[in-house]
Amino acid sequence: MSGWLEGRFSTQFEQFCLDVELSLPAQGVTALFGRSGSGKTTLLRCLAGLQRAANGRLKVGDQLWQDRRLFVPPHRRPIGYVFQEASLLPHLSVKQNLCFGLARTAQPTRIDYQQVVELLAINALLDRMPDKLSGGERQRVAIGRALLTQPQLLLMDEPLSALDTEGKQQILPYLQTLARTLAIPTVYVSHSLDEVCRLADRMLYLESGRVIDQGPLTEVVARLPLGRQLGQESAVVEARLLAHDAGYGLSYLDLQGQRLSINLRSAALGDVIRVRIPARDVAISLTRIEGSSMLNTLPATVTDFEPFADGVRMLIRLRCGDTQLLSKITRKSFQLLGIRRGLAVYAQIKTVSLFDDAETGHDYG
Amino acid sequence: MLETDMLQSEMWQAIWLSLQLATVTTIILLLIGTPLAWWLARSGSFFKEVVATLVALPLVLPPTVLGFYLLVVMGPRSPLGQTLDEWFDLRLAFTFEGLVVGSVIYSMPFVVQPIRNAFEAIGSRPMEVAATLRASPLQAFFYVALPLARPGLLCGTVLGFAHTLGEFGVVLMIGGNIPGETKVVAVAIYDYVEALEWQQAHQLSAGLLLFSFVCILTMNILEKKMRRQSL
Repeated sequence: MSGWLEGRFSTQFEQFCLDVELSLPAQGVTALFGRSGSGKTTLLRCLAGLQRAANGRLKVGDQLWQDRRLFVPPHRRPIGYVFQEASLLPHLSVKQNLCFGLARTAQPTRIDYQQVVELLAINALLDRMPDKLSGGERQRVAIGRALLTQPQLLLMDEPLSALDTEGKQQILPYLQTLARTLAIPTVYVSHSLDEVCRLADRMLYLESGRVIDQGPLTEVVARLPLGRQLGQESAVVEARLLAHDAGYGLSYLDLQGQRLSINLRSAALGDVIRVRIPARDVAISLTRIEGSSMLNTLPATVTDFEPFADGVRMLIRLRCGDTQLLSKITRKSFQLLGIRRGLAVYAQIKTVSLFDDAETGHDYG
Repeated sequence: MLETDMLQSEMWQAIWLSLQLATVTTIILLLIGTPLAWWLARSGSFFKEVVATLVALPLVLPPTVLGFYLLVVMGPRSPLGQTLDEWFDLRLAFTFEGLVVGSVIYSMPFVVQPIRNAFEAIGSRPMEVAATLRASPLQAFFYVALPLARPGLLCGTVLGFAHTLGEFGVVLMIGGNIPGETKVVAVAIYDYVEALEWQQAHQLSAGLLLFSFVCILTMNILEKKMRRQSL
């Protein structure tokens, strides 16, 4: 291991045992993904120093934050932390909240106040008290406040989970801009595959306090075992943007030499963008069907299949060139089509499903 | 005529003394009670329950019992009384200083409990937030915990002051009845009734009644405000 951040925590907490080893690069967004109680938040708190894992070791860059004898308390760690629920200090105005950490940040300010206020569009809120803000506004201020402490590491604990769909949609674009423009290495805890797919570059998949898998996002998502995607079974593909068709409100992607239509995106032509394709939006046919409302038909090969626990549906793993797709069909269709490994089929993908800005994350639970 | 004047001045003397005692006691209680309340709200040690019990003891203990033991401990013939006298020229039995010591102990639960409750209501999250914003534990205490506990602090101040003002049993035991030195309002009322001077007793009693009413009213309003804030 020779990552920028290297940590090892092996502790018995009251409820469960955390036993992880992680190594993160100095850039990009790493998602800690897993279901409730898998230890995501505990791990994040250990990174922040809010919780002290007895047998822990943590090195960030060239600084040692924790080992057998040393424990740097959270207020001496150059981190930014965004809590799950609104955590603005209720006795301070938005502006005072933003500046609370700023006052004690001695180092040269790389991220300045004006930039954050503009980036998160909180100019109009500065004089208000936290209880006069909506959930989404509060979380934006909390994110801004964390950024202004000039963090070398940004830690976010499900910052969107307390928000309604509208609030989520409001903040996601800011988070995406943030990751691109500020380039602060970020650890993002979430149990929403949709969120993770939009924001993260890497994924660390946790289960009962252990790291089951880690690596580049698309690879880890493709390897996630059935039932582990928390009811959000989907494939994540990366494809180059070929053309926009403003008349129909569509954009076209080049996926393994095949054209994939998605709802109009703002990205520039030639950009590689990431789309999440939920398994329930992928149908399978044996022949290429003409005259279907499904605009996307891709030739694919069945690589594997497994039954869902409900006994009604099956998950089919497909390969299309180098890309993995997932399809969720009924067991009846599975038998009628005679699905078997190696069978050549056509994967039909709904266009609308690819419009992930309209997706709200099919949250588990 | 002269006698009425003397009575009046004696009454004002008692009121003034009570106010002085209540003010000094409340200030001392805020200074030692606030850190104590913080420790009681935060600590996980078993020892905490023992301390909490000691602090709460005056709530159920008869004031005369407390006064008796204080007298035994602070009296001129006790080791503590002798040491204080020799080293600091300080005598606690039948003096104003002694009353302050007794009042601090007697009113302690009325100050510590509301402040402790307020600290507990804050929870650990705001302190964690402060820590992630580079605030040391001490800075977090002053800039986050204290402002958020303000209703509790006010409540403790009002209760501590009011409770000290109406003190009787402890005062009588350790302070006696020295005009201008230890004769506070409650003792004065007792004296007036003994001497059948009902008018003065009425005046002082009505004053204390009104004051107590205002205190409880203030408290209720503060509590309501506190509940609203914690939402």
